[in-house]
Amino acid sequence: MTMTPAPTKPWAASPKDRAIDGTIFLAALLSSYVVVFITPMKGKLAYFACFFIAYAILTTTFKGIQRGNAAAKDALINSLVAIGAIVTVIPAASILFTVLQKGSPGISFGLFTHDMSLATPTDPLSNGGLLHAITGTLTLMLLSLVMSVPIGILTALYLTEIKGRFTGPIRFLVQAMSGVPSIVAGLFILSAILYPITKAYSGLMGALSLTILMIPTIARTSEEVLNLIPNDLREAGTALGGTQWRTVAMIVLPAAKSGLVTAVILGVARIAGETAPILLLTGGGDKVNPNAFNGPMGSLPYYIWKSFNAGSPEAITRAWAGLLVLVGLVLFLFTSARFLGSRKVSK
Amino acid sequence: MSTQELVIPVAREIHTEPRRSDKVFRGIVTGGGLSSLAILGLIAIFLGYRGFEVLRQEGIGFITNSDWAISTDDAGNVLESHFGLAAMLVGTILCSLIAVVIAVPISVFSALFLNFYAPGWLKKFLITIIDMMAAFPSILFGIWGFLVLMPSVEYWAKLLHRYLGFIPVFDMQVPVFTRSPFVAGVVLAIMIIPIITSVSREIFSQAPLDRIQAAYALGATRWAMIKAVVIPHGRSGVIGGAMLGLGRAMGETVAVFTVLNIVFQVNWQMLLGAGGNVASLIILKFGDASPYEIKALMAAGLILFLLTLIVNAMANLIVKTTGKSGR
Amino acid sequence: MTTPHESENQEMQTSVKPSSLADVANAKAPKVPGTAALGTGLETRGVHAWFGKHHALSNVSLDFAAGTVTALIGPSGCGKSTFIRTINRMHEFIPGAAMAGEVLLDGKDVYAPGTDVTKIRLQIGMVFQKPNPFPSMTIGENVLSGLKLAQLKVDNKDDLLEECLERAGLWNEVKDRLGAHGGSLSGGQQQRLCIARALAVRPQVLLMDEPCSALDPGSTLRIEETIRHLSDTMTIIIVTHNMQQAARVSDYTAFFLSDGGPGQMIEVAPTSEIFSRPQDSRTESYVTGRFG
Repeated sequence: MTMTPAPTKPWAASPKDRAIDGTIFLAALLSSYVVVFITPMKGKLAYFACFFIAYAILTTTFKGIQRGNAAAKDALINSLVAIGAIVTVIPAASILFTVLQKGSPGISFGLFTHDMSLATPTDPLSNGGLLHAITGTLTLMLLSLVMSVPIGILTALYLTEIKGRFTGPIRFLVQAMSGVPSIVAGLFILSAILYPITKAYSGLMGALSLTILMIPTIARTSEEVLNLIPNDLREAGTALGGTQWRTVAMIVLPAAKSGLVTAVILGVARIAGETAPILLLTGGGDKVNPNAFNGPMGSLPYYIWKSFNAGSPEAITRAWAGLLVLVGLVLFLFTSARFLGSRKVSK
Repeated sequence: MSTQELVIPVAREIHTEPRRSDKVFRGIVTGGGLSSLAILGLIAIFLGYRGFEVLRQEGIGFITNSDWAISTDDAGNVLESHFGLAAMLVGTILCSLIAVVIAVPISVFSALFLNFYAPGWLKKFLITIIDMMAAFPSILFGIWGFLVLMPSVEYWAKLLHRYLGFIPVFDMQVPVFTRSPFVAGVVLAIMIIPIITSVSREIFSQAPLDRIQAAYALGATRWAMIKAVVIPHGRSGVIGGAMLGLGRAMGETVAVFTVLNIVFQVNWQMLLGAGGNVASLIILKFGDASPYEIKALMAAGLILFLLTLIVNAMANLIVKTTGKSGR
Repeated sequence: MTTPHESENQEMQTSVKPSSLADVANAKAPKVPGTAALGTGLETRGVHAWFGKHHALSNVSLDFAAGTVTALIGPSGCGKSTFIRTINRMHEFIPGAAMAGEVLLDGKDVYAPGTDVTKIRLQIGMVFQKPNPFPSMTIGENVLSGLKLAQLKVDNKDDLLEECLERAGLWNEVKDRLGAHGGSLSGGQQQRLCIARALAVRPQVLLMDEPCSALDPGSTLRIEETIRHLSDTMTIIIVTHNMQQAARVSDYTAFFLSDGGPGQMIEVAPTSEIFSRPQDSRTESYVTGRFG
């Protein structure tokens, strides 16, 4: 019996490769400093741009000399795709950083226990809070959830289980619907329900418009989830003599449960910060209003909008604090959707 | 192929008589499925119905003129009104085109990075970040864009103007760089990069593995493989994703309203601080609009609805048709 | 469908392509019985392969004499495919993959630091289980795609195109429609197109990973014919599940087996001996159809 040698990865970068990469990196860094120093360009962006241009040129040249033309092109694209990815995530980092930095001074315990009924946006931060906005946003989310989940999941079931003659058109329309601008959804509720019927702002109106925006997200994500359920399961159900209804209700839906929950949460995350229709339809009160069917209702986006437009330093701080709470809420929803989604995959 | 002697029997029809519970089930599900049709139809009908009066009065001028003015007497009767969307439509198209032009290359590169370059842990991390960005509310992009991004974008705009001013699109007469369509376009680009990236990534990841291996086995570098296999496979998907991003950018409201200086004058100079956007117009004018002006806003909403619908439909068609011939 | 080298074909099994480096390698390497005398263009020494923690292949040392066809047989999961993928360094695309040992091409380790892996794959071509022509390219472009991918220049593309299709036994069928898409061919034709594509970069070695398993018997015969024709100009290693095929096309046969642990090479010998007088009892039970 011979000894088994240790596994190796000869294709991984060797210390020599790493040293060369490091040298090129440092050279690029140095040249970016030099370029920024001797030219009138200034700022972080200039360093960033010069560094990447220098790095791309250096690696491309080096690879070209070492391995030839094809390898040089490959190295150039290497740097380009890396830049693409970095440029994509920089705004996310900047946004999160700014929200945390500017929002945290405005966060206090009182923020979550008071509403703005006795305060104006320009009052000092110790006055008022965003209780009304949080309760309002939660009410809006709940209401639109109740309305959009059945429709969204029924649509997905139609596309995956019935596969009737409208499947093509409906899939097309659901896609089209996901592109409906939120302001148009708001105008629609305004023209179809608020003006002719209720004639008053209320949370319900806002929730209706959010429902329109939420249905396509839920329908499309649920369709994907239901498509992942193997057809064997459905056939097993019908082969056991189950009706289609029972097969769907007792086999397909339970099997897809966590995926469907993910779809719903993604839908909620999509509308939690929706602003335009809220501005048109809810009236945005400053007082906690538990009745979504009567009277203006505040919400986080409305609160942020109003404070931001008030313009005073206190108001801007309020807006950032509201944004921080809103982002926290969205990220919470997003993370739970991720968590459930990944659990489904790992099973 | 076929012979004369062979008698082909008539195919038997197979009847399936669904149980009543299934009929009810199928009815309910079909009803739910048709709701999207109903909602889209109702949107067009109601906005058209409300905006009809204005559309009839303004005629084609509603999309070719740029004035937006209404005067009423003390009793609220309309004395005179001019409603034209031209400046807003031009602005909408300009801003969203800028956004798409900036976003597409960045998105394609980062999608390639995610699929073919990034190590596993980094890929997971970046996908989470990008999906998270797609879930950020637009008001967040708007306020961040206004307070954080705009100063740097103005600086880039000045650079573009100084060094590339001879190219017509970067030209301008009055050096006002603040709140220009370019700024709005950059903010919109940041908003749609996650969308285009995830669509492209999805399509790229479906590039057939056996072809990828075949390319590598022929001595291809990574880029040569991508050019030969991944790009031909994913081209239509990227175009579709770009169109989806375009549709999203055209309908964006608060983010654009926050950073854009709305001026009722057609302006194609992207660096000049004067622009428009149909959706922002609605928010701008809604607050103190008279009932008649509301009707004009409904008509504007209808135009925006149709515009985004067309762009979205085209996105889907492109993906479908080129998707087939590409294989 | 004849090639200029056709006449040498009969002599190839016993002739030696002289190569000083190979001779040096021969001198030091522990030889597997039956192959030492043949000289070598390609040689593996103590090759192991892992997928993460899973030890998939253990200690394979084989010589592949220039101009011979070697068949790798054995039940599923015995590491045959993994083995040939370590030869042209396709193994490393699997995340978590690792290896040990050496793969010597003309005496040089293809895993040596600083080796340009794309050059290795140009010298060691590969044909896959399922035909995989590039769908966006025409038949002609497919054949020449390797040149484009590796950015190689040739003067007379048309001659090369004809030569490769001729050697792959496809020229007569496609010469009038070189501009058609690769997908318009039948499965067997597509596989021969893939062979032509691999030939266009003029590899020394051609790896074939069950090239006929997705094809009908007629197409299989055409491919086998092609393999016989090619073997006079290059070294061919073919993984196959079909023992008749191994007997028909190969000069040497190596039997791989996994006894629950990592796959191992049990025995290698001239094909006729493996099938008539196998040394190892496990080989005997496999080739006589008692398992696998």
